Amino acid sequence: MTESALINIAVAILFLPLLGFAVTLLLGKKVKKIYLFEVFILFLGLAGAIAIAYTKLTSLSDAELVSEFTWINLGNTPLLGEIKINLGIMIDNIAALMMVVVMLISFLVHLFSIEYMRGDPRYNRYFAYLGLFTFSMSGIVLTHNILMMYIFWELVGVSSYLLIGFWFEKKSAADAGKKAFIVNRIGDVGMFLGILMLFTTYHTFTFDEIFAQISQGVLPFNSGFWMSVTGILIFCGAIGKSAQFPLHVWLPDAMEGPTPVSALIHAATMVAAGVYLVVRVFGIMTADALVFIATIGALSALIPATIALTQNDIKKVLAYSTISQLGYMIMSLGVGAFQFAFFHLITHAFFKAGLFLGSGSVIHAMHHEQDIRQMGGLRKKMPITYYTFLLFSLAISGIPLTSGFLSKDGILAGSFAFGTLTGNQFFAIVGFFVALLTAFYMFRMVIITFHGEPRNKEKYEHAHESKAVMTVPLIILAVLSIFIWYTPNPFNPDQGWILSKGINTHEQYIPEETRYDFLVPGEAAVVEGEETGSVMYSESYEEAMHSVHVPTMILSLLMAGLGILLAFVFYQWKKVNVDRLAEKYKPLYNFSLNKWYFDELYDKTAVSGTIGLSRFLGKFDSKVIDGIVNGSASVTKGFSTFIGKFDNIVVDGFVNFAAYLSGFVGLIFRRFQTGKVQTYLVFVLLSVVILLFIFNSF
Amino acid sequence: MIHVGLTHFLVISIVLFALGLYAVITRKNAVMVLMGIELILNSANINFIAFSKFGNFGLQGQLIALFVIILAAAEAAVALAIVLNIYKTVANINVDEIDSLKD
Amino acid sequence: MHSVPYLSLITFLPILGMIIVLALPKSQSKAIKYVTLLVTGIQVVIAALIMANYNYSLGGVFEESSFQFVEKFKWIYIDGFSWLGKIKIDYFVGIDGISAPLLLLTAIVTFIATISSWKIDKQLKGYFALFLLLDTGMMGVFVALDFFLFYIFWELMLLPMYFLIGIWGGPRREYAAIKFFLYTLLGSIFILLVMIGLYFSTQETLADGTRVFTFNMLSMMNVDNSVASGILSPLNPNNLRFIAYIALFAGFAIKIPMFPFHTWLPDAHVEAPTPISVILAGVLLKMGTYGILRISFPIFPEITEQLAWYIALFGMINIIYGALCAMAQRDFKKMIAYSSVSHMGYVLLGMASLNTMGISGAVLQMFNHGTITAMLFLIVGVLYDRTHTRDMDAFGGVAVKMPVYTGVVTVAFFAAIGLPSLSGFISEAFVFLGAFAVDLIRVLTIISTAGILLGAAYMLWALQRVYLGKLNEKWADLKDLDGREYAMFIPLILIIIFIGVYPSPMLNLMNSSVNTMVKFIADAQTIYNSFAGF
Repeated sequence: MTESALINIAVAILFLPLLGFAVTLLLGKKVKKIYLFEVFILFLGLAGAIAIAYTKLTSLSDAELVSEFTWINLGNTPLLGEIKINLGIMIDNIAALMMVVVMLISFLVHLFSIEYMRGDPRYNRYFAYLGLFTFSMSGIVLTHNILMMYIFWELVGVSSYLLIGFWFEKKSAADAGKKAFIVNRIGDVGMFLGILMLFTTYHTFTFDEIFAQISQGVLPFNSGFWMSVTGILIFCGAIGKSAQFPLHVWLPDAMEGPTPVSALIHAATMVAAGVYLVVRVFGIMTADALVFIATIGALSALIPATIALTQNDIKKVLAYSTISQLGYMIMSLGVGAFQFAFFHLITHAFFKAGLFLGSGSVIHAMHHEQDIRQMGGLRKKMPITYYTFLLFSLAISGIPLTSGFLSKDGILAGSFAFGTLTGNQFFAIVGFFVALLTAFYMFRMVIITFHGEPRNKEKYEHAHESKAVMTVPLIILAVLSIFIWYTPNPFNPDQGWILSKGINTHEQYIPEETRYDFLVPGEAAVVEGEETGSVMYSESYEEAMHSVHVPTMILSLLMAGLGILLAFVFYQWKKVNVDRLAEKYKPLYNFSLNKWYFDELYDKTAVSGTIGLSRFLGKFDSKVIDGIVNGSASVTKGFSTFIGKFDNIVVDGFVNFAAYLSGFVGLIFRRFQTGKVQTYLVFVLLSVVILLFIFNSF
Repeated sequence: MIHVGLTHFLVISIVLFALGLYAVITRKNAVMVLMGIELILNSANINFIAFSKFGNFGLQGQLIALFVIILAAAEAAVALAIVLNIYKTVANINVDEIDSLKD
Repeated sequence: MHSVPYLSLITFLPILGMIIVLALPKSQSKAIKYVTLLVTGIQVVIAALIMANYNYSLGGVFEESSFQFVEKFKWIYIDGFSWLGKIKIDYFVGIDGISAPLLLLTAIVTFIATISSWKIDKQLKGYFALFLLLDTGMMGVFVALDFFLFYIFWELMLLPMYFLIGIWGGPRREYAAIKFFLYTLLGSIFILLVMIGLYFSTQETLADGTRVFTFNMLSMMNVDNSVASGILSPLNPNNLRFIAYIALFAGFAIKIPMFPFHTWLPDAHVEAPTPISVILAGVLLKMGTYGILRISFPIFPEITEQLAWYIALFGMINIIYGALCAMAQRDFKKMIAYSSVSHMGYVLLGMASLNTMGISGAVLQMFNHGTITAMLFLIVGVLYDRTHTRDMDAFGGVAVKMPVYTGVVTVAFFAAIGLPSLSGFISEAFVFLGAFAVDLIRVLTIISTAGILLGAAYMLWALQRVYLGKLNEKWADLKDLDGREYAMFIPLILIIIFIGVYPSPMLNLMNSSVNTMVKFIADAQTIYNSFAGF
């Protein structure tokens, strides 16, 4: 296949789900079976994605396929110079792989949903939304510029909003959708600011052009500091979308959505978009930004893991485990173990989607019961679900022969190596500790759900294995969670195609020397980008990775084993009374059970602060500002009333007084007017006499 | 022999004037009032002639006196016509009761 | 030159319609409505024809030769005032890339408002007559290039609006109408004063060589025309241009409405009938910002530069303050009204950037806000028609009964919060991209981005309170949209999506004019600096 054919297929599989969305939404009311159209489209999408990935990795491994068009062209503008915004798609190995992951999981979730959602009054609309989501997610994967990334970034946010709130009659679901969107928006504002920085500096949104200019030494405000800030701002988008600390609070709530949606969006693909974003812009991340990223990742790995220990809702446990695993990936990016982050993204996508679908199967069987304390003993009733679930749990715990072991081990090795090179072992310690916690809470859940005696007899009796349309996706995902698909050597993924051919090749960005000096102060030679191409590491880094490989493996195995062992001790063999333990460390237990009180904290501060401020301003507006307006109106009115009164009383009063006075005078003088000529004559005479006297006196 | 001087004429004139005035003011009958006016006019005539005789005015005084007499005749004619008209309208020539000027 | 006087046609066609409406007997209510619909429909067609014949490469702004569809006649010519010289006022209309989108917007919004007026049954003859008069006023404002003519149209619009709110409005309509009228009249006085000041500061040369004072806006933009003794002439060292600028700005700011002059808006909106709200928010608010762009910026370019920071500051306050106030409202319509305040803030911010992206974004935002807010008010109207309440807390679960309507609402709300692929995003992004590029107002721009977040918060909150959640049993028999309502919403949705996905046609429409203006203002700096008093 030629390059243009690949591009055409990519465009086709990008827009097909949009078509599916439109058709399914518009015809949903009239045609009952229209959802099959959407499923079919996803099948086409999957086939296309596999075709692209196969061709890309086998015959076009070094090429970067780009196809772009001019979306907006303002030409040569007076103050800003040339403004031209190109949109387009780019297929490199990472994008091709990611497309397969997205399409595959989306397809499986579609299949699974056919049974899971049966009987829902808005059945077709559900599939339409899935189509919208798949379209948006593909857009994120295929974009070659950050603006389009942002556009699709927001669109996945909307589809996530619509799907979380799919059962909007439930207030909690509607709330969760809103919360997810708004919390995501906080991150997005940061990302948007980052985009503003990039555009203002580089006048382009295209990754490659930005990277090219960076490699020529063009920096925002000509300073490395602002480069770091830009990187961190862009990363804010990932904090929101990948539910990283401190914006992780939306993801557990998002479990209000249908479980297949949780599998697709809130475990495997959308939340991984944050990781994907950082992978895409890895080239602009400075040392400071990377340390920030790693710290956020480490905290996000640690905090949710401690919360997951005590949760009883099967989906909540998985949600916190998702945040924790995403934290792993982000941390891995932060410590420079770029390829393992993406590798873990892929493996995690499969086994976490499997875990969610498995939990969906359980929930479906238990008639929408999500509390694991109501379950137990389901192993016998649901063998397929159980064994696949167990395999996924082993994978996430990092047990050898699973895919999870390969990627997780890589991440731990990466942070270990980072520690040995920089002396900062914080990330490695967190990584290993979280590995222990992960194994523990996963097996706690497995044991409580599937082992032991059924706690709720009635529900247990009704439980049954799910239909094939639900179990087949589970089996497929389980198969994909075995090492063999990624590397022939179950203990070292380096030789596997995915690292040697898939990820570790052909990365186009060339980071600046100066920024690497920041990463390892004083030891410029330690981690050094090569002049061209991939994120190859310097010899010393490779050496460090090599030297920590075996210790990491042993330590991580130890941790995972310990975690599983503890879970069995606590819950299977009941050697320790868990309730008493919880009672003993009640504050700690409550702290974990209540999710570190993040929601309460945010409610008390940001949310009620904003609402309080808005209420205050609303009052301020109607009372003060409008009060001033109305006040000035009433002052004017009062003044005019006064003037009116003045006019009425004083001015008009004066006039009236004059009239009255003359009337009064007239009243007096009318007495003289008798109408008799003779009287007048007397007056004349009298006047004459008086006048004579007066004139005489002169 | 008493020398008849200006003073005598003036005294007669004053007496006439006073009588005329008295008649005008006190008489109720409009015709009487008119007669009073005639007296006043004549007192004025006497004055004119007396001043003309004793002053250095030539014959102007006499001329004006004649003019006044003519005027008086005209005035009497008009006034009597008015009185007649008033009598026709209100059947009364008592000036006390004719006070429509008041309004 | 075009032989067809498109602009006069589009401006005065409603007057013709008004005469026909007045001539029709009261009982012919159908005919009255159809005449109005026909007239506004023809306006849309004319607007489309104008767009089709529009030359995208011409700049306009300050050059008469690059304005399009120009019509210029002698209108009021009086000789013989010994102390004034001649009085000469032209009928001078024309459009450039700044007025063209707004002309189109006016045609579309008026047409949709007509459809939405279908249910008016109180004194509908008077209603439609005033409606058409208002239409002429609005069109006239956007095409006038003579300040006097502009002012006449500006005032012409006020009176019908006053009656339309005051007679067909809600319970507190008199209060709202008076408030609207007086407030905007106050603004007009400022504009009038500055107009007269400019008149006596500008002279143009007639064909016979005599110099006369002029109201021609384009002449006012050219320093060569100014009279050294005029109080608003840059040549006069003691000129009052700074004060005049602020007065003029205040006059327009009331219309925008800019904080703190915005409080007439919520009242007017809440009381006005739906179609009038649509026109008020969709078109009338744009006149404030249009006036600033058309008059304040090119006539006072040097002061514009000086005060850009303050314009951006007020833009920022509008964005944040409007959003927070919107969040506090329980009245659906009031919330939308405050969201308008917030969205018009983006226009101010974009204009203050004084560069191409910012001003393009501002003009596009005017257009987009016109369509989006029109939709939002129609949405409130649909609900109000059915339930006769606007209290958001009285609803809940409307989506269950009205799924299509809720779909429309979702599109409109997401457009309002700037979701990419819908039109609001393009203009907001352009505003931010433009404003962020300017060192002076960067910090204000960064603060303004909080508006993106707050916008999402209040819109989604409203969406949830009214449409989501459990169905309030009180509204169990709500009916979904009918055909007429589809006819209002579908064109708007198509416009919103089209511009969101492919904004180039709109941006190209305004691009050369915006560039011309940016260049004009930037160049003016050196020209004006050379005068005494600077």
